[in-house]
Amino acid sequence: MVHVKDVLKSMDYGPSPEGNEHVTAWLETHKSGFGHFIDGKFTDPTANKSFKVTNPADGKPLARVALGTAEDVDRAVSAANRAFKSWSKLSGHERAKYLYAIARNIQKRDRFLAVLETMDNGKPIRETRDIDIPLVARHFYHHAGWAELLESEFPGYRPVGVCGQVIPWNFPLLMLAWKIAPALAAGNTVVLKPAEQTPLTALAFAEICREVGLPAGVVNIVTGEGETGAALVAHEDVAKIAFTGSTDVGKVIRKATAGSGKKLSLELGGKSPFIVFDDADLDSAVEGLVDAIWLNQGEVCCAGSRLLVQEGIAEKLYAKVRQRMEKLRVGSPLDKSTDIGAVVSTEQLERISSLVAKGKAEGAEVFQPSIDIPGTGTFFAPTLMTGVEPASTVAVVEIFGPVLVAMTFRTPDEAVTLANNTRFGLAASVWSENISRSLDVAARLKAGVIWINATNLFDAAAGFGGYRESGYGREGGREGLFEYLVLDSVRQKAADHVKASLVAAPSSTSQVIAVDAVDRTAKLYVGGKQARPDSGYSYAVTTPAGKQAGLAGLGNRKDIRNAVEAATKAESWGAATAHNRAQILYYLAENLSARADEFEARLRSMSGASKRDAAEEVETAIRRTFFYAGFADKHDGAVHSTKSRHVTLAMNEPFGIMGVLCPEEAPLLGFVSLIMPALATGNRIVAVPSSRYPLAATDFYQIVDTSDVPAGVLSIVTGNAVELAKTLADHDEVAALWNFNSGVDAALVDKASAGNLKPVWNGGSRDWQAEDAQGREFLRRSTQVKNIWVPYGE
Amino acid sequence: MQGSAVALAKPDTLRNSKRNAGTALRPEAFESIQINLSAVERRAASLPTRRSVKKEYQAAWLVKALTCIDLTTLAGDDTPSRVHRLCAKAMRPLSDELLKGLGLEDDPPTVGAVCVYPTMVPAAVKALKGSGIPVASVATGFPTGLTPLPQRLEEIRYAVGEGAGEIDIVINRALVFDQEWQALYDEVAAMREACGEAHLKAILATGDLKTLRNVYKASMVSMQAGADFIKTSTGKEDVNATLPVSLVMIRALRDYVEETGYRVGFKPAGGLKTAKDAMNWLILMKEELSRPWLEPDLFRIGASSMLADIERQLEHFVTGRYSATYRHPIA
Repeated sequence: MVHVKDVLKSMDYGPSPEGNEHVTAWLETHKSGFGHFIDGKFTDPTANKSFKVTNPADGKPLARVALGTAEDVDRAVSAANRAFKSWSKLSGHERAKYLYAIARNIQKRDRFLAVLETMDNGKPIRETRDIDIPLVARHFYHHAGWAELLESEFPGYRPVGVCGQVIPWNFPLLMLAWKIAPALAAGNTVVLKPAEQTPLTALAFAEICREVGLPAGVVNIVTGEGETGAALVAHEDVAKIAFTGSTDVGKVIRKATAGSGKKLSLELGGKSPFIVFDDADLDSAVEGLVDAIWLNQGEVCCAGSRLLVQEGIAEKLYAKVRQRMEKLRVGSPLDKSTDIGAVVSTEQLERISSLVAKGKAEGAEVFQPSIDIPGTGTFFAPTLMTGVEPASTVAVVEIFGPVLVAMTFRTPDEAVTLANNTRFGLAASVWSENISRSLDVAARLKAGVIWINATNLFDAAAGFGGYRESGYGREGGREGLFEYLVLDSVRQKAADHVKASLVAAPSSTSQVIAVDAVDRTAKLYVGGKQARPDSGYSYAVTTPAGKQAGLAGLGNRKDIRNAVEAATKAESWGAATAHNRAQILYYLAENLSARADEFEARLRSMSGASKRDAAEEVETAIRRTFFYAGFADKHDGAVHSTKSRHVTLAMNEPFGIMGVLCPEEAPLLGFVSLIMPALATGNRIVAVPSSRYPLAATDFYQIVDTSDVPAGVLSIVTGNAVELAKTLADHDEVAALWNFNSGVDAALVDKASAGNLKPVWNGGSRDWQAEDAQGREFLRRSTQVKNIWVPYGE
Repeated sequence: MQGSAVALAKPDTLRNSKRNAGTALRPEAFESIQINLSAVERRAASLPTRRSVKKEYQAAWLVKALTCIDLTTLAGDDTPSRVHRLCAKAMRPLSDELLKGLGLEDDPPTVGAVCVYPTMVPAAVKALKGSGIPVASVATGFPTGLTPLPQRLEEIRYAVGEGAGEIDIVINRALVFDQEWQALYDEVAAMREACGEAHLKAILATGDLKTLRNVYKASMVSMQAGADFIKTSTGKEDVNATLPVSLVMIRALRDYVEETGYRVGFKPAGGLKTAKDAMNWLILMKEELSRPWLEPDLFRIGASSMLADIERQLEHFVTGRYSATYRHPIA
């Protein structure tokens, strides 16, 4: 018996358990197990194999769930495929009404879903109740809006088809919302596989879909483990894969879908920096850290897990953090005063423990507060590791637990260097009351989401997603919708590819057609200089009539390496003003125009083009250069409408270094159509021209030489496109790859791109004279959106 | 957890035995302070949602809040008889039935103090005689503080002379706007001196100060000048006590304690009306400070109507039925 007069002395909080009787009753009604939700109905749960789902807080079983087989996946995909025919034809308004109904019903069931999520995942009820579920409802509301507005806001786009979606266990229902809401808004149908640890809210969601009368087959939920997900990813009728999870599995999926033409978005791991400058509000920064690394037991892909603190205030900040940690409450997730609940599984708990042990062995100082930790269940104490260096294991790998590692920096430059010293690039927090410094650092960070004086802010109206090995594609906002749409107009032309045989030996029969009176030597163009190919070989460029049009350098992997190295030194191109880049593009157009006759003659003699066609190709190339010069300062970002008194800036940033595999057809125009948008948006390019007809591109470097293009911004490497493509796709400094060369197998570059998870655009053959061979799509594909959250107020 | 014995804090550690002696004016302790409004608001908004106190615990917390109330009347129509009625309630805030239901018959709680205008001090002192409840008096040209300094100091001496044990002074806001820290320090120090043994609560009138940096700086100067408590509001500004402002003040207080070892008290006032408000502020004190700041030594709530709501909540705890206001004697 607790006495008031005792509590008056202790002033403890006491227990405050959230009731869960409605959820246990619901689980009781599903005692025989949960089937898959396919075609609007639940399958018989006892028909096949199933697996156990447990509550990590006490290890007790919650339910049995069907283990999805390839056949289950196939039936779900078939149902989605059938439903797609009518769902994609519905008006936006009709789809909006369904999404609105889902949002409303999630709100009406909010406490049920919060309690269920807490029991299934182990995260505190405070979070599911105040963060997860409200964000879920918000996401469906926001996308009800996009459904309504789709036709007017995205003219020329159509839904992709059946979307296969695989989601993680850390925010089960929220990740479901992030996947399903935009897919449905855009007119797609889905098959979703929830994580095996946490499938229950997805199944409750399926019941909500049924309650609101969502047409059968529009949403299908197949539960299961990794193999179930693999079957979904591999299914040939799935047109788009969306995955959130580990970088390792992301890479597996990239390889598995290589060459399939499936659209792919990946939201993967992170080791996000949390940077505190000496002019920050330190007490608020400490609270920021609580939200950054002790939200959801630190099992957050964008967790601010790497604390970078300015040297002069490091000890002061560490002391404040340690003091704050003493106030954290670890315990029953259903208790309303719990800050940190249970880690999702014993496997995860072991991983966290062993990494912390490793950090300690490598010399880190480990602090854990002297607070109560439950004796049973998968609980892990909040942990601060200081004395960590960039080379420490714990500073490099994603721990995915309540463990913060800390290191110091001396200057803003060093902060940026340390922050960017990672394979990941999901999120970052910057704490400083100096707005100039904050925005400067935000601009220089390689991450998809930057929070200034805040952390872990989310809103459906803002895009979320990473740079580098944190994946690609965005979820939320206008930028997120593109992941579920394809341009209607692009009907890819069947490739009329003739395999070029690149013969490096002199010919005994053919003679070079004289373009000029004096022999011309086409070299590679690397780092602003004409360069001999490393191999020392050249190959004959043969006209359709079988004559030799000239010799081109037979570039190899070392030439690609040199070109990329030159590009790394030309970083200032992306920082130049857009006006400055526009001027240079105009200058390129001017110089091309001045030598139009020469290019026309080259096209005619090399590819056998008619005078009219050759003239038109040159003319279009000049016009297209003007087009992107005009766009250089107009590919604007956005200010998203998120929270009040927050500016959420969506900035279009260049990838950095891009590899561009130019089409075999239209040797000049194809090349120009691809390099100009990428240059306009600030990328540095390593271009591989048509293997068959490379000489227009090599002629072009003389234009580049005379147009003030800084060295290294554009390099041109001729040779065997397939070999060069492999090297480019493999290269970790290359941040994005466009493959428009129909001779280069998409599977090859897709697979190789998995190394650093560079996004690949396999553009295919197209009519380069057509209107759709230029436009915003090319600008969009040469940039990634960085969302910078700037709360303000005095 | 339910039903297990609660850990008992050592009572003597809860007494604030060392009165703040103040320090020299040290602008370096506050001049470069950085405060981010949005971040402070986020913390303040999530604090009450991160902690929940139920059943016996909630009842105890509400009793604790009651003991921290400076039961206040500061109106133009105050009379000795009105003050007398307030004092009666202050001495016996809970009915015998409630005390029995709470198990507190042997040690019935009283409010922290009764807070009145200087001319009402004699009436309050007389009414509270023997109860041990201190009389707090506002002074120094309350609520604006714009009378000449000699008169403001004289007002303190008058109230102390009439038996007030606590003086709630108001700071001169103009000195904050102009960042005249030495002048502000000198005024508060002079007031502290005028208080003598009486405790000084410095009202910052945060609704006038507007920016949180001003609030922090004014808090720090007041503490350096020897304030025993820092208090948010007179109750007469457009905006009274808010959680974000309170958060900034107690962070200043925490910094001051860490630097000097002196514990300073905190008093939110104005706009706190409900039992829920009381719980929120108690949670704030417990989370941002520690156990000693949950005692009337170091925590007061300036309120007049909050007590009635606490009584109703306690009656609900004791009887299981929802209570009506008219059933409880008014203050």
